[in-house]
Amino acid sequence: MAQSQPELQEVPQSDPLRLGADVPTAAEPRVADGGSEAGENGGSEAGESRCCCSAVKASRREIVQSPPSTNEPWILGTLDTPAGVVPRVDTRLRLADHLGTWRVRWGIGRMRYRVDPGLYAVGRPTAESPVLVSANYKMSFDKLRSQLAGIDAWVLVLDTRGVNVWCSAAKGTFGTDELVGRVKANRLDEIVSHRTLVLPQLAAPGVAAHQVKNRCGFRVVYGPVRAADLPAFLANGMKATPRMREVTFPFLDRVALVPIELVRWAKYAVLLAVVLLLLAGLGPEGYSWRRVAEIGAFSAGLLLAVYVASNILGPALLPWLPGRALSLKGACLGLAFVAALAGAFLLGLGPTESRAACLGWGLLIPAVASFITMSFVGSTTYTSLSGVRREMWIAIPLQAIAAVAGIAFWIAGRFM
Amino acid sequence: MPKLKYLGNVASLQLNQKRCIGCGMCVEVCPHAVFRMENGKATIVGRDDCMECGACAKNCPTMAISVHAGVGCVTAILRGAIRGTEPNCDCAKSA
Repeated sequence: MAQSQPELQEVPQSDPLRLGADVPTAAEPRVADGGSEAGENGGSEAGESRCCCSAVKASRREIVQSPPSTNEPWILGTLDTPAGVVPRVDTRLRLADHLGTWRVRWGIGRMRYRVDPGLYAVGRPTAESPVLVSANYKMSFDKLRSQLAGIDAWVLVLDTRGVNVWCSAAKGTFGTDELVGRVKANRLDEIVSHRTLVLPQLAAPGVAAHQVKNRCGFRVVYGPVRAADLPAFLANGMKATPRMREVTFPFLDRVALVPIELVRWAKYAVLLAVVLLLLAGLGPEGYSWRRVAEIGAFSAGLLLAVYVASNILGPALLPWLPGRALSLKGACLGLAFVAALAGAFLLGLGPTESRAACLGWGLLIPAVASFITMSFVGSTTYTSLSGVRREMWIAIPLQAIAAVAGIAFWIAGRFM
Repeated sequence: MPKLKYLGNVASLQLNQKRCIGCGMCVEVCPHAVFRMENGKATIVGRDDCMECGACAKNCPTMAISVHAGVGCVTAILRGAIRGTEPNCDCAKSA
């Protein structure tokens, strides 16, 4: 998750809210993050280039926003406000919304699954109703509104390029500039009498709460991690319990990520399967298509089965697999697959293969399972970049050696 | 379910208590309860639970906290290693 580039001191802008020159005067760049200055590809919060001058320019740029489209099935109507007409949003999810969630879980069109940024209403909010801030990834937006039944609130949707809260915050797109710009572009100060914005807690990596207040007069309150806790949070005078502030990684959350994980390396898995399929034709007397149909199909099928099983069982069994490094958990999973395979062979199932080929599988399967499980780190809620770097530094060479050796032994096995 | 723990002794999280004014924002924004307030100042009680998301450093008004945050997925790190840049995946493109 990328940290936004250093936020440099902003030059005080014109002051429509009459706040006075209460701009932070920190002389040094705010981020004490060694990684973000050099080669950071993340870009600034406003999507500009990385040099310090353009960062200042970007933060002065006002957001020009057209009103959000009202031509959506989840818009019930509109509400008149002193600053214009605001769409009223349904809190019920329809089949189309559930299908959309399912579709993007498989990675289909997930970068284009968005709602228009801007101000929306849930229920019949008044000038005293709370302002809840969201990303414009439609799944995030749906998860939020579906928890707001019976609640009157404003929902300010930021342009996070269709990315969810936590990732866009880490990237800087759900950031201070975007939030401040959106508050001003929607003339929020004319719509609500209070000066509070409720942000999802996971927006915190991108938003400097103290700077928001200085720049637009609204103070940031971090709401709970999960939208489901919002009603209780709001009813409780905007107080969160420690449990509301903690991110966990329970079974259902892990398993929800399986489809996207399956899709992630599927191309390479299929490619390797096809390679094995075709190489299986090799033999001491030359190439045989019969062998391709028999041993080749079996080998390709076995590889794909290991790929799929690793992607499902790695996440599912994560807390119970040995070790802290996910590559180690995956290697153990792979060894379990090898044991199962050995058992099946001993029972006479599967084609007869030479010892070299069996050794090949004994190396390739744990390598694949280890790599696949390690690759799950990007979807977890608890791994650190420093830890992943250390793990990869050790694991990738070992996986590569085992995989190459495994394939080599397997090929040798064609001739025995 | 045993609590999920990642590699220990790697976190780049640093807290300069001399700069801490005890506002409590780090405690509020941390998704893994790494900080606790003690005697009016923040202290790190769960360093190995830190996932380097950067929320604490971002919201510390006195810049008392630093952490090396970045994209932590395998694809991004591999790309970064190949191109000689910081990790960057193709998600969350800002442009």
